[in-house]
Amino acid sequence: MPFSEVDFLQALAAGILVGSAYALMCIGLGIIFGSMNVINFAQGDFLMLGMYAAFYLTAGYGVLAFLGPYAGPIAAAFLAGPVVFALGWVLHRFIVSRVTGAGAAQTVGAGAYGQIIVTLGISLILQNGGLILFGSTPVGVRTPLSRQSWEIGDILLNQARVVSFLVAVTLAAGMYLFLSHTRLGKGLRAAADNPQAAIYMGIEVDRAHRLAWSIGVGITAIAGGLVATFQTFQPYVGFDFVIVMYAGVVLGGLGSNFGAFWGGLLIGIVQQMSTLVLPYQLQNTAIFVVFLLIIFLRPQGIFGRLSERA
Amino acid sequence: MRTRAEANRQRWAILGVAVAVLVLSLVLLKSAYYQLVLTQVLLWAVLSLAWNILCGYSGYFSFGHAGFWGLGAYTVALGMMYFDLSPWISIPFCALVGAAAGAIIGYPTFRLRGHYFALAMLAYPLATLYVFQWLGYQELTLPMKREAPLLYMQFEDPRGYVVLALGLLVVALLISLKVENSRFGMSLMAIKQNEPAAEAAGINTWRWKMLALMLSGALAAVAGGLYAVILLVVTPETVFGMLVSAQALILALFGGVGSLWGPVIGAVVLVPLAEGLNAELGDVLPGIQGVVYGVAIIAIILLAPEGVYWRVLDRFSKRAPVSTGADLLVLRDIGISFGGLRALDGIDLTLPEGGLYGIIGPNGAGKTTLFNVINGFLDSDSGAITFAGEPITGLRPNQVCRRGVGRTFQVVRAFPRMSVLENVIVGAFIAAPTDAVARDMALAALERVGLVDQAEKIAGGLTTRELRLMELARALVPHPRLMLLDETLAGLGHDDLGGILGVIRQLRAEGITVLIIEHTMHAMVQLVDHFTVLDHGRLIATGRPQDVVRDSRVIEAYLGKKWSDRVAVPAK
Repeated sequence: MPFSEVDFLQALAAGILVGSAYALMCIGLGIIFGSMNVINFAQGDFLMLGMYAAFYLTAGYGVLAFLGPYAGPIAAAFLAGPVVFALGWVLHRFIVSRVTGAGAAQTVGAGAYGQIIVTLGISLILQNGGLILFGSTPVGVRTPLSRQSWEIGDILLNQARVVSFLVAVTLAAGMYLFLSHTRLGKGLRAAADNPQAAIYMGIEVDRAHRLAWSIGVGITAIAGGLVATFQTFQPYVGFDFVIVMYAGVVLGGLGSNFGAFWGGLLIGIVQQMSTLVLPYQLQNTAIFVVFLLIIFLRPQGIFGRLSERA
Repeated sequence: MRTRAEANRQRWAILGVAVAVLVLSLVLLKSAYYQLVLTQVLLWAVLSLAWNILCGYSGYFSFGHAGFWGLGAYTVALGMMYFDLSPWISIPFCALVGAAAGAIIGYPTFRLRGHYFALAMLAYPLATLYVFQWLGYQELTLPMKREAPLLYMQFEDPRGYVVLALGLLVVALLISLKVENSRFGMSLMAIKQNEPAAEAAGINTWRWKMLALMLSGALAAVAGGLYAVILLVVTPETVFGMLVSAQALILALFGGVGSLWGPVIGAVVLVPLAEGLNAELGDVLPGIQGVVYGVAIIAIILLAPEGVYWRVLDRFSKRAPVSTGADLLVLRDIGISFGGLRALDGIDLTLPEGGLYGIIGPNGAGKTTLFNVINGFLDSDSGAITFAGEPITGLRPNQVCRRGVGRTFQVVRAFPRMSVLENVIVGAFIAAPTDAVARDMALAALERVGLVDQAEKIAGGLTTRELRLMELARALVPHPRLMLLDETLAGLGHDDLGGILGVIRQLRAEGITVLIIEHTMHAMVQLVDHFTVLDHGRLIATGRPQDVVRDSRVIEAYLGKKWSDRVAVPAK
């Protein structure tokens, strides 16, 4: 074996810690895909916005600076959620809703792809608009935690990642409870099933979709805020994560929120473990390969319902 | 498919435009910068055309054409660096690389549909991007060949590249034209509309899709190869990056997907715009290019989803998206009163030929009155009606019928003592010179609606469904161009409904324009292409069915104010 047991455990631990943040962003994407059946290309860019929101809330004149270097970044990650939620709400209201949901007939030229293409456009605008606003220099949310580690045996656990793990898991559990036990959450899932029928029954599908979309991007933004504490980023960072998210969501099974969590976690583990046998630069290629394998071999995912591939 | 003459015209148009561009650019375009921009316009147009061959015609959307483009660029760059290969050799070789990549990608990926296909296609170039980074080809600079610049396609005068790129574009256009006008293109279009049906009709869908992807990949790779020669520097991000894939589809969608000129129009408008802004503002606003493309694509999807080309074409030929021809029926300001009741008030309605249109409205909205005005039972107080370009206002019903307007009635007007066949023959007299011909025509019409088995049955003993079909057959006999169906679906059970809907769709498929009125929305939403809502003699909404059913005014008309507030989605 080209690697030692310690390396293996180290990579596994890193995979679980990083994977939990991925899991959280996958939940965000999963809510959108699951309830709207929309491929959101811009999801990675909302993640990027979450990162910058957290960054500007803490760095410089950040309003959260008073919370100190430990609590500040975490509070900022949480606050990134509502900020991006609001932006998502507006974008859905004026753009996305016009090509998605029950109201959208198949867009003439683009066929069923109108919605994907609109999110592609949003993605281009956010990415490049981000470049204009934030500049191309990579930044990170600084917290002393990112340079400190806890030692368990021979394994080093980066403290920022551990904290992010705890927050992500808590939040994921919260989302699970929200979707399965609250009226609002159940409504979201109901509207997902058959929007056309729901309209006739007086359910406000469009509003349910808007909520799902906004919550989805908001949750992903919080995950972004968490990732920002242990990784530097620039406006184009979203793209690296789009495939991470889609791989996670597809692996978990499209439309299964619970699955998205485990899918994201697994993708994190795959990514970190791949560095044991593959060069560092290829860790994302490893994710692509896993992603393609899932699509070809088990498109319904691990937890997903068996449905047609369409 | 175009006629041969039309295809020929297109071919001359391509050559004519190419010569014009060539002359203008060689003579007028003095600045090397503008020539470079023009070259880029031409190359991106080629990429977009390549994309269009697969995605525009077959409907399989690729979000990963950067893969082919990048492979082409790297083939040329690496060939020159390691094998001293001239682009004159390596660029044609790119076609092989692109086709091979297309075959390798297509083989597994065409098992996927819809979202999964799109996501998989997205993954290929991005995965390749990291591989090229890892291989250390971060930034390849093509070596300068001062001793033999022409041999290595390194022209001193940038107009050389304009000529090359223009040549490539002409080839791409001619290939696209050839595809469009052949069995190849027809098969792809059949796949786009209904793949299982195409397969069932004996089309080898797999083969055509693979060929389309390979051809598309080859063209895209060749364009990418030439791009490398022109820019001299190749990096994984610029050739495999998302912006390349996005540009390929954005240009085509902007211009008009599935059309020959759409991708060219997209490139001509957007590339100089993005390039120009980048040159002017790139320092202050880096990434302005991406913003331009993002805004352009959102705007086009929201405002003119069929693309500029089709939209302009519609403007000039008044071709509605769902229809095939010009406007068949035009109503202008139709009004009629019965005593004090304004039954119809200022109705404007235009039906392009070839679609399936619905008019709904609550009882008493004026639907049947409208039909009666169209087919001449009633004379309107005001307004004008044009059918197939000729005024038919004030004509008698049989004259209107002779011109090609067939109609059925809310209450079926059967001759109960006559057989089904005889009932239909009556309708045939208008068009048939002899009774024998009338009989044949009637039988043919019964065949069309699937009632030929019941031909000898007495009409009085028919079920509602059979009566409706009989009436449809009767209206069909004189080969109308427009069918007015008055509540043909009313009173039918679920099972019967399916059969009638099938017949109506069949009529549309045969090219007959159908206008149907109903007071229930349910079946209509699935059936029609275009919806008009009538209430108290006025048109209150018109549009695609899914939009109309959510219009708050419509809900109000049907359910009252209270419901419209609750149910309706906020007006967009």
